[in-house]
Amino acid sequence: MREITFKEAITEAVDEEMARDPTVFLMGEDIGKWWGAALGEYQGLFDKYGPERIRETPISETAILGGAMGAAITGMRPIAFLFFCDFLGVCGDELITHLTKMRYMFGGKIKMPVTITAYSGAGLSSADSHSKNLLGWLMAIPGLKIVTPSTAYDCKGLLKTSIRDDNPVVFLYHKVLITTGPTSQIPDEEYTIPLGKADIKREGSDVTVVAIALMVQRALAAADKLQKKGISLEIIDPRSLVPLDKQAIINSVKKTGKLVIMDEEPKIGSAAGEISAVVAEEAFDFLDAPIKRVCAPDTPIPFSPVLEKFWMPDEENLIQAVTEIM
Amino acid sequence: MAIEKEKLIDMYRVMLRIRVFEDRVYKEFAAGHIGGFVHLYTGEEAVATGACANLRIDDYITSTHRGHGHLIAKGGKTDRMMAELYGKKTGYNKGKGGSMHIADLDVGILGASGIVAAAIPIAGGAALSAKMRGTDQVTVCFFGDGACNTSRFHEGVNLASIWKLPIVYVIENNMYAETTPISYAANIPNIADRAAAYGIPGVTVDGNDVLAVYEAAGEAVTRARKGEGPTLVECKTCRHHGHYEGDTDTYRTKEELDECKKRDPIPRFRKKLVEMGVLTEKEADKIEQEINEEIEEAVKFAEESPLPAPEETLEDVYA
Repeated sequence: MREITFKEAITEAVDEEMARDPTVFLMGEDIGKWWGAALGEYQGLFDKYGPERIRETPISETAILGGAMGAAITGMRPIAFLFFCDFLGVCGDELITHLTKMRYMFGGKIKMPVTITAYSGAGLSSADSHSKNLLGWLMAIPGLKIVTPSTAYDCKGLLKTSIRDDNPVVFLYHKVLITTGPTSQIPDEEYTIPLGKADIKREGSDVTVVAIALMVQRALAAADKLQKKGISLEIIDPRSLVPLDKQAIINSVKKTGKLVIMDEEPKIGSAAGEISAVVAEEAFDFLDAPIKRVCAPDTPIPFSPVLEKFWMPDEENLIQAVTEIM
Repeated sequence: MAIEKEKLIDMYRVMLRIRVFEDRVYKEFAAGHIGGFVHLYTGEEAVATGACANLRIDDYITSTHRGHGHLIAKGGKTDRMMAELYGKKTGYNKGKGGSMHIADLDVGILGASGIVAAAIPIAGGAALSAKMRGTDQVTVCFFGDGACNTSRFHEGVNLASIWKLPIVYVIENNMYAETTPISYAANIPNIADRAAAYGIPGVTVDGNDVLAVYEAAGEAVTRARKGEGPTLVECKTCRHHGHYEGDTDTYRTKEELDECKKRDPIPRFRKKLVEMGVLTEKEADKIEQEINEEIEEAVKFAEESPLPAPEETLEDVYA
């Protein structure tokens, strides 16, 4: 076993997949010799693989994602680094009408092995243009897979699987996790983690908490506090939202009878809304209390640290929601 | 430029195949046998034909909403195209794409897109892939004058220029983006002049002269294959129909449309081939008859093919 940071998990996953498969390459802004991406997660790869496979692009989101598509349908396996996931809006047509639809529209005759990597989430005072999660918005796009890990261990295993997937995958890594997230112990040998398999981050008996990305870390902190009051949380990390491990969530709800979903995005149209609907449709009879969603307010994400802190769901919000249904 | 007789006849055959296909689509759409949006290529046949006559089967093209001509010129099968337009299971896309989204990767057709300019970055990716895989495949990216005013034109052409990608941008300037004339939408007479902004060659030709297109595109394809980067080839042409079937075409005068039809590339090329002694009138008539029969068969194939089962809606989302 050895210890790695979240950032190292990304570097290692991309490095290992590029070494394993010569069709894998990375393209995007500022990934080359100067920065290795703004938060440094691709540092060292340019020196190892050179400009042919670590393809530094101009600021051209439509050419990056469109280019990744054209390469993918002709035999390559690109990773398109879109910088901040907010910039998916710049290449929105590529995302919603081409990347995720060409296989279907062409009657299933092509594969689209494109992995989009991007920073997500608030917490670095970057205001709305550089802080969104967009999970609910992305979930509403048929043809897309969505992965957003909460630990370095998961990040490495899931990113390797995403790169090998023959479908478009948006892989979002939370900025707070990259910069100050906890380290993980990982095995010395290679490992991968399948998409669509949730992980129980903490076993418990009173309330099921489905938490996503950074919210998993906050839910774990809240669970420690609630344990002292005699309330036991079971924390489920879906890890991928599409495919979604419905069964793991439902199994937990069958055990606890209560569900809270913690999701860092405005409540309307959120991933939390979809997960809530799944449980209401498929496991209503097992619920002993209303489903609660701990989300952000339905506002843009503010800049000032005091406003941003208010906007982001935190331990106290979760503790309050749990207390309301106990 | 000396062009082999067989090549010339083949180009005539392709132009005619596009024309007869489109004339039939026009009829069947009017009769209610084809639904959705249909954008006919009639009048622009020389562009796709002249450009694709330079390509190998393993070269790539990307296409547009007005794409039937590109697909036929690259070797697409008219029966499977017609079946797709009819929404049949035997269509190229099993009825899931329709007129604006036909793809046939076996002959290098990477697919059409119903969104103006969407294929420009995608074509760049295909060209990048060819370069990275070490092949000498060339990608021809077709789009209209309207696409040239989108951000994707800039991003795509710029990226291809800095990476010297093996790509040829064929601008089909039919003078109108839907209803908007290019004279209104751009402040320059020739769109190919924009090539200078990217440090690449740009050339403007008569898009109704198939040999002029063939020659200009041929030079661009040769450059691309040699690794010398992209070219803009602007082909000035005009469409005989409205933007789509159902368009009343009120933005063009009758004189303008008459003038356009006088420049019809097909009788013009036929006349030239007869003058050159490549074809006799009788041989040309025979080709026409063969193409008519082929399209008749294509319609029959489409009509007689089964519809997809409704549940097929659920298939092909993920690999």
